[in-house]
Amino acid sequence: MAPCPSVKNILVLDAEGKRVAVKYYADDWPSASSKMAFEKSLFVKTQKTSARAEADVVMFDGYIVVYKFIQDLHFFVTGGDEENELILASVLQGFSDAVGVLLRNNVDKRTALENLDLIFLCLDEVVDGGIVLETDGNAIAEKVSGHGLEGAGSFTEQTISQALATAREHFARSLLK
Amino acid sequence: MLSSFRKQDKKDEESSTSGNPYKNLEKASVLQEARTFNETPVNARKCIQILTKIIYMINQGEQLGQTEATETFFAMTKLFQSKDMMLRRMIYLSIKEMSTVANDVIIVTSSLTRDMTGKEDSHRGPAIRALCKITDASMMQSVERYMKQAIVDKLPSVASAALVSSVHLMRHGPEVVKRWVNEVQEAVNNDNIMVQYHALGLLYQIRRSDKHAIKKLIGKFSKTGLRSPYAYCFLIRIAASLINEEGEGTDSPMYDFIDSCLRHKNEMVIYEAASTIVSLKCVTPKELSSAVNVLQLFISSPKPVLRYAAVRTLNKVAIQYPAAVTACNVDLETLITDSNRSIATLAITTLLKTGNEAGVDRLMKQISSFLSEISDQFKTVVVDAIKSLCQKFPRKHTVLMTFLANMLREEGGYEYKKAIVNTIISIVEENPEAKEAGLAHLCEFIEDCEHTSLATRILHLLGREGPRTTTPAKYIRYIYNRVILENAPVRAAAVSALAKFGAASEDLLPNILVLLQRTTLDQDDEVRDRATFYYQLLKQNDKALNSAYILNSMNVSLSALERLLHRYTMEPTTKPFDVRSVPVEAVQVEQPKANISISTGVSPGGSETKKAREDTYSEQLSAMPEFAHLGPIFKSSLPVDLTESEVEYVVRCIKHVFSHYIVFQFDINNTLNDQLLEKVTVQMDGSAEGFEVVHYTPCQVIKCNDMGTTYTLVKLPDDSSAVTGALACTMKYTVKDCDPATGEPDDEEGYADEFVLEDVEVAVSDHVQKVLKPNWSASWEEIGAENELEDTYTLPIPTLEECVKKIISYMGMQACERSDKIPDGKASHALYLAGVYRGGHDVLVRAKMALGGTSADPSSQAITMQLTIRSTDESAVQVIASAVE
Repeated sequence: MAPCPSVKNILVLDAEGKRVAVKYYADDWPSASSKMAFEKSLFVKTQKTSARAEADVVMFDGYIVVYKFIQDLHFFVTGGDEENELILASVLQGFSDAVGVLLRNNVDKRTALENLDLIFLCLDEVVDGGIVLETDGNAIAEKVSGHGLEGAGSFTEQTISQALATAREHFARSLLK
Repeated sequence: MLSSFRKQDKKDEESSTSGNPYKNLEKASVLQEARTFNETPVNARKCIQILTKIIYMINQGEQLGQTEATETFFAMTKLFQSKDMMLRRMIYLSIKEMSTVANDVIIVTSSLTRDMTGKEDSHRGPAIRALCKITDASMMQSVERYMKQAIVDKLPSVASAALVSSVHLMRHGPEVVKRWVNEVQEAVNNDNIMVQYHALGLLYQIRRSDKHAIKKLIGKFSKTGLRSPYAYCFLIRIAASLINEEGEGTDSPMYDFIDSCLRHKNEMVIYEAASTIVSLKCVTPKELSSAVNVLQLFISSPKPVLRYAAVRTLNKVAIQYPAAVTACNVDLETLITDSNRSIATLAITTLLKTGNEAGVDRLMKQISSFLSEISDQFKTVVVDAIKSLCQKFPRKHTVLMTFLANMLREEGGYEYKKAIVNTIISIVEENPEAKEAGLAHLCEFIEDCEHTSLATRILHLLGREGPRTTTPAKYIRYIYNRVILENAPVRAAAVSALAKFGAASEDLLPNILVLLQRTTLDQDDEVRDRATFYYQLLKQNDKALNSAYILNSMNVSLSALERLLHRYTMEPTTKPFDVRSVPVEAVQVEQPKANISISTGVSPGGSETKKAREDTYSEQLSAMPEFAHLGPIFKSSLPVDLTESEVEYVVRCIKHVFSHYIVFQFDINNTLNDQLLEKVTVQMDGSAEGFEVVHYTPCQVIKCNDMGTTYTLVKLPDDSSAVTGALACTMKYTVKDCDPATGEPDDEEGYADEFVLEDVEVAVSDHVQKVLKPNWSASWEEIGAENELEDTYTLPIPTLEECVKKIISYMGMQACERSDKIPDGKASHALYLAGVYRGGHDVLVRAKMALGGTSADPSSQAITMQLTIRSTDESAVQVIASAVE
């Protein structure tokens, strides 16, 4: 039987290898501890590499993992050892793009945790039960936020207002210190 | 609206915690908070936060109890009152997360059904996916109508959600989903690329048992084309699995489709096609080249993923078809310095497989630059590649050996060190020029080796090879150091190694005796015993004793020895135990490992199965009273077919040779389904050659399509020097017709019939068991010239290789001292063979051969051979000599 292209898991870890948000689609890791062990050794193995400009790839434990680091967040997409690396890379790209759009390019651990609901919804919209659902970053972000279905204008507007808000906040904080 | 909430959130949380707002979440308190769900009106912002906390807890591995989950789940249903979009989305997500723990989740069915058909478009897709997650086989009927509509919905998000969910639903109710095939077919033509891909996925699931329909599907899309690259990748996989299953060749239209995908504009599809082509069973080097060409282009991509994909696939190709990858060598070399170590390692191991001799030095230099940065697993891959390189380019041993020695000095785990040591040992054995350098490296290694099994192996090798080097004395220091410094098993191995030096060299003997005598005070029993034994033995200074007990050890099969000794202790007898009656251990043939991939384990060894096979024969036969008096089996041959494979009765024969008898075992397969056989025997006639049939053990009944075994016991000719010949075989039996359906015989009375089989040959090799003598010349001296036979022959064989091969197969003996390998361009060669003749007599053969000489036909090449045979038994010499005719 021909296997359908499939994703085993998507992981978002922080700079210490701790979970921010993860989603497992396959039963390859049945227990919570086996999942943790996989994440830990994957993190250690990739930690020293620099996967910032371009997604990198590693063969690990019989799985192919493509990964990308943005600020203090580490994004991983895992597939079987016969999986097409480029499909996994497209999933990673779509997911990280969508997170970027939803967090208005402030992709770091703090912002991600503050908007954790969006990250969870994002994981839900990229892959369903291992099957790739959508890999266009903007389309995923639109599905998550419910925007864009009405019109595309609101996004840019919000980005500007958000930028102003952030700036104001930073300013206020620096005064308080 | 949304952004103002976010800002608010931020401020709230900053006041409470500074880092992770979800740190130190208590399950109990979060579930307590979930009571807020019951408040009216619903506070959407707060509820989103609580739901996020719950999902976060589950995500971190926290387990919710069934009651907890059910309570929370029911509270959550109240939130459907709120129209807040984000809250609704978080409800769907929570339903999915809790659906596996909570009870009665189906109560949300109606709410979800309303949402999936409702006006709010952004709710519909997620609602469908949540609904299908809680749908089981019993509910399939009720959602069917909505699913059919959703599949053909004009909104891509809705159609995709419905299609993907249907793929999951196939597990619960494939029959129901199959009824949606018309809608799915419509969806395949959707303009949205993801909808098209999902529809194709579902369509394949529905149709997958119907190969004809699948073929039509591929045919259709290869003409009209698809929009989704994922759909293309999937279609390529379907086509490939069909080609492999049906055993089709590259002329198949499905292959054409895959090939055409190499020219697709999307890299993902091109790569899928290329990697699929190289793994097809039917592919030939010609088709490979087009796939290799596109992979070559990927090598220079700036994207690591693309480079990795390309080099991983090329590595796979290089295992089977190194020549096909040679064209990429220049590009692969640029990858050696790749910052991604996986890519660099794959590039190097590929190059090691495809490279030429001139490039080896440069490659090795480049490898050493990054070796410290890669894992043991990859290093082992590199070591394996170097091993095959040594076999390919024996002249490069200096570079490779130095490299291996450096690797051996570095830090590393047991598996890694073992791989290196194995590689060095195999080089030392294969390549005489590399021997001394290799031994020196190994000596250095055991000076500081934490792995007992590696140290003992190396000491054993030193004992065997060291005495034959130009300066044996220099190894003694290394070995004796082990006796002083190591644990008991290593000390014992070192003592044995020392004894071998003493046995092989007169000059060293006095020193060795001193060293051994010191060791007789060792605190470990085994070490002390060995030292005492060897000391006393060596003091005799008797060449024959040295050869028999030190240089060439016993070759008996350990399991058989154990069995026979056990039996010996059971029966009261004054006769001493005769070790010559123990079957000889079969020589282990090293199986070449075909598999060099990273993730696969070690393939099971072939020799083990052979051992088990001989042990089972011996148990089977000794259990039969008519064979019990024959003693242990000397040798069991491999099965020989006595019929064609397509006839009514397929018969195979196995020869079990005993000291004075042969038991012929006939395995008969009755392939007819309407006849059963009774009282089956195989009559043999070898009276012309002096073979005498003593006993038949008939097989009482062989049912239809069943196997049966019958035995014939034959006494060997009285003339012990003429024990070869052909025996005519006829199978005799009673046939009963029977009903093919039940297998019961139709009538009571059968009729006698017979069936002529091919002759069984008893050859010289049946009387000889292969034995490896580590020190052949010592054995040669040990046996002496008492029963020597020497003769000169002219053989009409064109090459030395062929001559060596034929002599080994006719005599059934083991080539020692690696004399079965002939250096290139030699005009003469000496072959040294060793074996054990039936009855436990050692036989050694020396065959000196030279090209040239005159044969009957002057136009063809011939070989002149001087054959010398020595044995402890006179008739054995005669029999062996008769093999050359």
